[in-house]
Amino acid sequence: MADRFISRGFLGKRRESDVANRVPPGQYLTRDFPVLSAGPTPRMPLDRWTFSIQGLVREPITWTWAEFVQLPTQTFVVDIHCVTKWSKLDTRWEGVSLDTLFEHVELDRAALYLTAHCGGGYTTNMPLADVINGQAFVAYKYNDQPLAPEHGGPARLVVPHLYFWKSAKWVQSLQLTSTDQPGFWESLGYHNHGDPWREERYSGY
Amino acid sequence: MKRPLEWQIATVSAIKPETANVKTLTLTLPAWLPHRAGQHYDVRLSAPDGYQAQRSYSIASAPERMGEIDLTVERLEDGEVSSYLDDVLVVGDQLEVRGPIGGYFVWEVAQGGPLLLIAGGSGIVPLMAMLRHRAAAGASVSTRLLYSSRTHTDVIYRDELETLRAASTGLEVFHTFTRTQPAGWRGYARRIDTPMLQEVIQPLGPTPLTYICGPTLFVETAANGLAQLGVPASQIRTERFGPTAP
Repeated sequence: MADRFISRGFLGKRRESDVANRVPPGQYLTRDFPVLSAGPTPRMPLDRWTFSIQGLVREPITWTWAEFVQLPTQTFVVDIHCVTKWSKLDTRWEGVSLDTLFEHVELDRAALYLTAHCGGGYTTNMPLADVINGQAFVAYKYNDQPLAPEHGGPARLVVPHLYFWKSAKWVQSLQLTSTDQPGFWESLGYHNHGDPWREERYSGY
Repeated sequence: MKRPLEWQIATVSAIKPETANVKTLTLTLPAWLPHRAGQHYDVRLSAPDGYQAQRSYSIASAPERMGEIDLTVERLEDGEVSSYLDDVLVVGDQLEVRGPIGGYFVWEVAQGGPLLLIAGGSGIVPLMAMLRHRAAAGASVSTRLLYSSRTHTDVIYRDELETLRAASTGLEVFHTFTRTQPAGWRGYARRIDTPMLQEVIQPLGPTPLTYICGPTLFVETAANGLAQLGVPASQIRTERFGPTAP
């Protein structure tokens, strides 16, 4: 095995050991909440907002905002990890689990993947297996406040175990598909799966 | 032969101070690949006990300069990596990097214009790569840079921007100083706002290709202002960094 490169004179900060194992490789902790978006923040008035599940389902379903906030909600406290290297622990959200949302549709047997479609045209993709069984939710509150537009409000997808670009801001619909369809960043050089624990950041060219 | 995006060990061939807390590092790369203006490299520091820290830095140099890249680094007060790059690194040292990375916040001469570049503080770095690329390619595409700094001593690449502006066809540079202004200054002296944007963009027509880079609050203000002025969202690309409200 080749000798590992060592940066002359670098010692680095040390993390408290009780959180060290919660920070994936190559990440640093922030108490801040950075915003990184590719373009301007889309604005969506609540009286025109809808959320749908469509694609490989027996019947698509659409909720208005008034209907959506009537769905059973939960509080989620999760660690989040951005591909730009920051991690934030114990972030607190309120929203609807994807398991709850999927109770309202009948998934086709061929539905293996999901594409999130968002205000402003953003998309991201992931296997269905990554978003069921308590792994994902649609959040509309952060720290007990309505989710701010620059952080994805009115509502965003949150999938904490993948890099945070998969937690699609301004989500409007989830489309179930039989094949994996690379979304916005996945088509621009970022990894198709995005597991922070395996540092799946980039896909090369 | 390394595949793209593998870590490689670069050598620091030059270090140039730009402002009081900003330096440009010139790195010679054994596996240099031409980048696109706007892309960045990841830098990784490794301590003897295996501890590592990584950050991303925008490439400041044009892709026309072969075999090496410039990274312009602002020293952050609590910066684990930036303080190492500022305090410890010297010419001759090695630095582990990988890249170039980024497929959206990029501009090539072939994309044309008119081009609107809006920079807040060290957000000028990727936009400078675009301007250097534009100059190296001999392009004359109509371009305006609006650059916000606290004071004129905080302006990164101050002299080179003036040289580029004077030597170039179709390039105009507007500074705004938000804290103090130099004696006799008759330019903008406030944070960017919609009236300022309106004046700056007016000659560029209704749909300039727009790149905004800086702290996120700065980018929000600029992007929202441009939206108010009717610039289509699809024409606006943003790169944000730094603290926000928690």
